[in-house]
Amino acid sequence: MITGPIGIIFYSILLLFLPVLLAPLLKNNQRVLINASFLTASAASLLGIVAGVWTVGGAFTNRIILAAGLPDLPFHLRLDPLAGFFITVICLMSFFISVYSLGYIKGYLGRRPVTSLVIFYNLFLAGMMMVVLADDALFFLISWEVMAAASYFLVMFEDERIENRRAAFLYMIMAHIGAIAILLSFGVMAGLTAGLGGFNGYTFDAMRQAQFPIGWATTAFLLAFFGFAAKAGVVPLHVWLPEAHPVAPSNVSALMSGVMLKTAIYGIVRVTFDLLGTFPWWWGAIVLIFGLISAVMGVLYALMQHDLKRLLAYHSVENIGIILIGIGLSMIFTSFNFPMLASLALIAGLYHTMNHAVFKGLLFMGAGAVLHATNERNMEEMGGLIHRMPWTAALFLIGCVSISALPPFNGFVSEWLTFQAFLLSPALTSPLLKLLIPLGAALLALTGALAAACFVKAFGVTFLGHWRGHRMPHVHEADWFMRSGMILAAFTCLVLGVLPTFFIDWMNIIPEQLLGTKMGAGSGAFGWLWLAPVARERASYSGTIVFLGILVVVVAAYIILHVKPGAIQRVPIWDCGFGKLNERMQYNSTAFAMPIRRIFGFLFHIRERVKLTPAGAYPAVPKRLHYYLRIRDRFWGWLYRPVVEFSFWMSRRVGRLQQGRIQAYLIYSFITIIVLLVFSK
Amino acid sequence: MDLNIAAQLNSFLAAFVLLTAFGMLVQRRMYGLVHLFAWQGLFLSINTAIVGFEAGKHHLYISSLLTLTLKVILLPYILHVLIRRLKLHKEVEVVVNIPLTMLMGIALVIFSYYLMAPVSRLSTLVTRSTLAVALATVMIGLLMMITRRHAVTQIIGFLAMENGLFFAATSATYGMPLVVELGVALDILIAAFIFGIFFFHISTAFDSLDVEQMARLKEEE
Repeated sequence: MITGPIGIIFYSILLLFLPVLLAPLLKNNQRVLINASFLTASAASLLGIVAGVWTVGGAFTNRIILAAGLPDLPFHLRLDPLAGFFITVICLMSFFISVYSLGYIKGYLGRRPVTSLVIFYNLFLAGMMMVVLADDALFFLISWEVMAAASYFLVMFEDERIENRRAAFLYMIMAHIGAIAILLSFGVMAGLTAGLGGFNGYTFDAMRQAQFPIGWATTAFLLAFFGFAAKAGVVPLHVWLPEAHPVAPSNVSALMSGVMLKTAIYGIVRVTFDLLGTFPWWWGAIVLIFGLISAVMGVLYALMQHDLKRLLAYHSVENIGIILIGIGLSMIFTSFNFPMLASLALIAGLYHTMNHAVFKGLLFMGAGAVLHATNERNMEEMGGLIHRMPWTAALFLIGCVSISALPPFNGFVSEWLTFQAFLLSPALTSPLLKLLIPLGAALLALTGALAAACFVKAFGVTFLGHWRGHRMPHVHEADWFMRSGMILAAFTCLVLGVLPTFFIDWMNIIPEQLLGTKMGAGSGAFGWLWLAPVARERASYSGTIVFLGILVVVVAAYIILHVKPGAIQRVPIWDCGFGKLNERMQYNSTAFAMPIRRIFGFLFHIRERVKLTPAGAYPAVPKRLHYYLRIRDRFWGWLYRPVVEFSFWMSRRVGRLQQGRIQAYLIYSFITIIVLLVFSK
Repeated sequence: MDLNIAAQLNSFLAAFVLLTAFGMLVQRRMYGLVHLFAWQGLFLSINTAIVGFEAGKHHLYISSLLTLTLKVILLPYILHVLIRRLKLHKEVEVVVNIPLTMLMGIALVIFSYYLMAPVSRLSTLVTRSTLAVALATVMIGLLMMITRRHAVTQIIGFLAMENGLFFAATSATYGMPLVVELGVALDILIAAFIFGIFFFHISTAFDSLDVEQMARLKEEE
């Protein structure tokens, strides 16, 4: 009998395996299968939330050793506050999304069987929880692969479309390249810990105790960072992300984008702060620089998209960048021995991890509701959905405000904390960093502004205006399961934004254990009301007061507008006397993003063409106009195409061995025999 | 029998085995090949009997008898039938011309002697000097498989290789245990049957037994 928080999580993982086993039996009754499995998943996630919150709050460190796995290499499981925090994030989102799935997956009823989706969904959740619990390299990698393989099959779910198969294949390749790097990194650490003769070094405990020479530690760190970055979608390893996330079913996209990427963040934090322990400052600089590149490039790519889910996927790249900025700053401060600042930056990164999970999950659920209702992912064909889907529109708007880092929602708090960490950098002594860090702060500000622009576009084009497609399909509001999932997530966004001090106090144990110092969260008489990361005089923020202020303004405006009848009038749009306005004349997403495309065009591979078809003899009066725009990722041509071409070239070379003539094959064996005879002599 | 005489007889027969191996390398006619193969089997069988007598290993008589029935009578008979049924009277096509093949064979023999020199020095058996010949026979069998185009000639090359292995076994260790030899003999027999049946089907299906045709089976570029 395993007790304590780790026991709860252990049993909740076992609970997740239940639908996996039952699914084949229930496959003839799909409705029961959906209800049973997603209710089980919700229950398991609730258990996980309880255990995670409990672990972090009580600062427990539990461990168990399972007599499973290879002989003499048992599985080690360990639950410490860091793991507990990620368990909370994972389970919080998987709870919301499982509730949402109860409604969303029913959309597949009668269209295609969902047995495989149910199986891999639960395996995927279990895999993510196992990754966080793992306390040895073997179990970690097994869980990592369970997670990767399950998500591969989920991306593959609608496999009749070639787009899905290609995306899944690309995802698989990237996941495996990353996994190889992680494996090598653990190999380096384990080998240095206990020598290459035995396997004793494979537990994380042994790695924690060991002292690594700087060269090998750097090798291990770089390999691990590469591997986790491939999973997290850090630019330039992000190419799989905008392909795989949009084509998966929306609940899975929400999980992948909101939660799965966070396991990579967990891996980076675990390896650098916990396993390696000490590091030079330039490791932090690497993390910071890649974080900045991802943040800026991610948001710029997102602006260019007109596929709603693809846009959201690129925003995950951006937000992973912001999280890495926090972690990178924390590493820099740690190595210069500023533990207070380091814990501030780490809290900023982790808090953004949690916030991003919640609002990105919410946005993907909203996009899923739109997709469910309209069967459309292309924003250019949407519009005016606020009239048909008021709930979804309002909830999606909350997600948009959160991700754009506007108060009083949660995105603001974590980005504000990141800025605070940036603004404290003059304490550093290295002149290079003094130059780099203000630049980073400026880029982060740019990112925030562009993200806001992007979500104005996403919300405006999708929900406002008129329907742009040829024929408005029968659009229906999301059902109550989907709505409750989204409402829960939106409410969490608000709570995390209004009462950040509680959460920061709760998770303050993590920097205390990893870095030795807490972040000073509150100060003064109303400690919980004011979030003051360094000192009250320097900077402080109160989500509650801002929220109340906004509430007062909104209520006042409502009263002023509604108290007098006739203050609001509905009139036709002024059409400049032209008189024939139609829905084709609205701003669309390409048009909205055009100014930004002009400014940052050099970062993309853009091909733009306008073709006029004149009407007969009057070239000045065009009959038809074709606008062609194609925007491609430059990284594909720079980084991936050479690799792809090289591997094809190598394969063709090697393929020449396959002559098809039996004599040739015999000659190969003949030569091999002779060579072996000569050399074995 | 004197030990010396036995050793000389052994070397003499080894020379004949090698000679027939070269003969097969040169022979262009299908029937000629089968006859040479039968002769090689006969020399092998006599050699086995002499070694058995010399070393006092009586199970070698049984292997000798087995060799005689299988490799001198049964397999050549099967090949004969195959050639007659499939009407393969024409000349054997070769990939590399005959003189060059001969030169390669000679090089292989020298190579084998060079390779086996340390082994022969260590061994105390009467038959040690023939080990190199046995290895050369194996190699020449492989060379024959490489240089011939026709499927039946490849089988003969394969069987010649097996002869070489058998010869190596008798000369290096006075033969393998009887069970193993019985097993190998049975394998060879079954292999020959299977080859025969397959060739029959291949030739009816494709109208040819030229292995060049198989080049079409590979993946298109």
